[in-house]
Amino acid sequence: MRIVVLTKPVPDPASGAERLGPGGRLDRAASPAVVNGNDEYVLEKALKLVAEAGEGEVILLSMAPASAPETMRKALAMGATRGVLVTDPALEGSCTVATTRVLAAALKTLEFDLAFAGVDTSDGVAGVVPAGVAVLAGLPYLSYAATIEPNMGARTVRVNRITPTGFDVLEAPMPALISGTQALGEPRYPSLKGIMAARSKEISTISLADLGVDPATVGTAGATTRVVGSRKPPDRAATRVIRDPAEEAARQVVAFLAKRRII
Amino acid sequence: MAGGIWVHGELAGDGSLAKLSTEVATLARSLAEASGEPLTGVVIGSDPKAAAATLADYVPRVLAVAEPETAEHAAGTIVAQRLAALIAEHEPRIVMTGAGAEGRDLAGALSALTGWGVLANATAVRWDDGGPVATHNVFGGKLVTESALTGDQGIVTLRPNAITAEAAPAKGKVEAVTPSGSLEQPAVPIVDRLEASGAAASIDDARIIVAGGRGVGGPDGFTLVQELADVLGGAVGATRAAVDSGWIPYSQQIGQTGKIVKPALYLALGISGAIQHKVGMQTAESIVAVNRDPDAPIADFADVFVVGDLFEVGRALLEQLRSRSG
Repeated sequence: MRIVVLTKPVPDPASGAERLGPGGRLDRAASPAVVNGNDEYVLEKALKLVAEAGEGEVILLSMAPASAPETMRKALAMGATRGVLVTDPALEGSCTVATTRVLAAALKTLEFDLAFAGVDTSDGVAGVVPAGVAVLAGLPYLSYAATIEPNMGARTVRVNRITPTGFDVLEAPMPALISGTQALGEPRYPSLKGIMAARSKEISTISLADLGVDPATVGTAGATTRVVGSRKPPDRAATRVIRDPAEEAARQVVAFLAKRRII
Repeated sequence: MAGGIWVHGELAGDGSLAKLSTEVATLARSLAEASGEPLTGVVIGSDPKAAAATLADYVPRVLAVAEPETAEHAAGTIVAQRLAALIAEHEPRIVMTGAGAEGRDLAGALSALTGWGVLANATAVRWDDGGPVATHNVFGGKLVTESALTGDQGIVTLRPNAITAEAAPAKGKVEAVTPSGSLEQPAVPIVDRLEASGAAASIDDARIIVAGGRGVGGPDGFTLVQELADVLGGAVGATRAAVDSGWIPYSQQIGQTGKIVKPALYLALGISGAIQHKVGMQTAESIVAVNRDPDAPIADFADVFVVGDLFEVGRALLEQLRSRSG
């Protein structure tokens, strides 16, 4: 079984150091990069499925700056087989439309049974790229997966898609593109052995020319959206700290709720 | 170009209009007033009548498109193809939808089909310099950014609970429209529908949320969280740590990889307020937190912060609220 996992290096949300640089673009030097959280869940699922199948590989696909291999090594250390990085100076400042086009074009160069993506990324939070990639690659799209069950014999895949009341069970032929959530299960920590092994794993790079994508249609030059301003959000009112014993503390909370007409 | 602002009316599971769509429609109406662009709603589904009628409470004109394929197939890509065909015919400038699962799937597929850019996950949108300018909370709420389209056309997705829905003074007209063209994209059948077992009250629209974190200690601790939610008439929420520990289902998770909520009251028990959680609840109107650790990050953005044992304070609170309501 061969699974491609779309991953994006993002600024570590836990670092608290994210900031914007010139043109409202992310300042990638400001904070350490990590593998996007939702991508780790689908990667974990991909690793488990390939292990269960007993054969196959997990291929990482990223569109990112040339520094991305550093972050991709973290995903390789979890157990992915190899990485494919689409990188090109012209891609800097790309909007979701360009990202979708480039990832779809790159996906078409790979052979796979399933392609996985996290439902969104913690830096952009748009959540629109997976559906778009599926459309441009002509793949069945199964989104918001809580479970993924491939059937290699029948060459189909079943997904429990999260709905407000439960799940829709979706079924599609392979190859298909699936966007996944945290409900797929907690990602593993890389083992020391995995970290050592990741150092020698292959990361191949692809340029826009390799994909036949016109540089004028991507990056800042081809962007469909632009950041026009940024500001710090207004501060909340000062916190009232209560250190009294439980009974008295509870009384003050009840009084606060009553004053705000919550109860 | 004919122009116009379109609102996509999303169908809830029972065929009614999703609450989020009433919020999108309210916002779209203010943009239509500011820009002078005509405003139209579009509902696409196997039986769009009920939702179209509701959407007409918010916008002057609604196109109701009967699309039988969405009855037993994943809807996003199908709706996007129908919408793309309607866009080619009517040439609106802006399409607005919700930033929930349905809206994101639709916006992604529609963007790929049309090449239109997406102003995604907006918390507010104003009309400025001839187009929409969207406001976004980024970096866990540390920064507010504004973005605009570089061209004339685009898609806007609006975050749930960002604005309050308000019906229009006059009811709009519904026009039944027959879809044209063929569906080229592979359709994905829904082979079964499962109700979540032990489904808790939904946190999406809850006015009051009582949430537990790692400090709650286990599934037993969530009994107290549930009791407090019951007496307050609210829903139970949780942090990722509590969900990962299996104490409560993922449907109740609030934060970066869970849900974004905006209740009138957020009562946080044993929640430190790490950035990934803060993202999901920081816009609550009132935040009350109980935590043993006086240095917990939530102390910086709660309205009331009780330093103490969550079980002692929680039980005292439960008793006082019960005697009050009883």
